Amino acid sequence: MVSATELRQFLKEVSDPEIPVLTIIDLGVVQEIYLQEQTWIIELTPTYSGCPAMQQIEVDILAKLQEKGIANAKVKHILSPAWTTDWITEEGRQKLRLYGIAPPVNEPDKSALFSEPPRVACPKCNSKDTRMVSLFGSTACKAHYQCNECQEPFDYFKCLK
Amino acid sequence: MQESALFEYVLRLSDDSLILGQRLGEWCGHGPILEEDIALTNISLDLIGQAISLYDFAAELEGKGRNHDQLAYLRYENEYKNVLLVEQPNGDFAMTILRQFFFDAFRLPLYEALMQSPVAQLAAIAAKSVKETRYHLKHTSEWVIRMGDGTEESHQRAQAAIDHLWRFTNELFYEDANDHTLQAEQKVPTMAHIQTQWMATVTSVLQEATLEIPKNNWKFDGGREGRHSEHMGYLLSDLQYMQRAYPNMEW
Ligand SMILES: [Zn+2]
Repeated sequence: MVSATELRQFLKEVSDPEIPVLTIIDLGVVQEIYLQEQTWIIELTPTYSGCPAMQQIEVDILAKLQEKGIANAKVKHILSPAWTTDWITEEGRQKLRLYGIAPPVNEPDKSALFSEPPRVACPKCNSKDTRMVSLFGSTACKAHYQCNECQEPFDYFKCLK
Repeated sequence: MQESALFEYVLRLSDDSLILGQRLGEWCGHGPILEEDIALTNISLDLIGQAISLYDFAAELEGKGRNHDQLAYLRYENEYKNVLLVEQPNGDFAMTILRQFFFDAFRLPLYEALMQSPVAQLAAIAAKSVKETRYHLKHTSEWVIRMGDGTEESHQRAQAAIDHLWRFTNELFYEDANDHTLQAEQKVPTMAHIQTQWMATVTSVLQEATLEIPKNNWKFDGGREGRHSEHMGYLLSDLQYMQRAYPNMEW
């Protein structure tokens, strides 16, 4: 009989469809894993409400477990407590940087209009001399930045709290 | 009985999100600049995502075995309970931004209040959505100020959008017996409370933008009762086309 800990270990082999260097464990979207009436329940929290990756992640989780010989599993979507970028693991942040995406930094008050965008280090050259091009990037979770030092355009994983 | 009041309430929230999400989606590939094209469709995606969570909850409350797709795609026009504001055509960029700004300024305090609701699922959806809505409101507020305090043309277009849309804003705070039932049980906030916060946001942003609140107080409503403007039928024919043409199709 497989344990919840082993199951979590298997899920480290499931990657985020949009940021394939991150596993869903790195991303912090997997919550409790438990057995309920002979069925493994895997709790999943969405990053953004409309994130199209969530459906794919569910399919990938079930396929991975099937591959490991576990057929009695179900994904349960939970909304509370709501996901925050604080749940991305340290390892996940490191992977993001290496992949060319700046990981979330603690942002100033988001309600303040025209507030200074967060100071984000360039994932290529590490310079802090960067500028925000657009608050909305290639996916809901990212903003678009450019480095003034090396000119590299890059994605910034927006802070969500 | 209480479940049916809550069903109606959640359905109204869902329909607002879905219809506005559909409208914003029409900008896909047509934004004035690439960044804005992406921003509008990102906001659209957030709204449609919120609609899915809300419809799922509504379907559960209804208990008739319908799912979110059936609620979104397979109802008749008079069964949609969104406010008239969200179904208004995109118009120019100013019209789209002002429509969104009026809506965001309403949605943010509403979600903040609903986070305190004893209805756990509603509070959870609100807590999830409030974070996204903060980004939306910041984005649209900044645009309203840029346009209003920008060039002569951008100012004139922003003011024209306000003058046109103002008549639809009062309906955001519509209340009927259904709302009163839920308010009496302290499950949802009173609209007067939301309206005060909405007015404060709108007043301060428009002031900063050198734009004016119209003197004309002519008001429209009907959406919450399923009576829609002419535009709604065209929107629904786009929205529902695939499900009507190919029943039960899935991606
Ligand atoms: Zn650089």
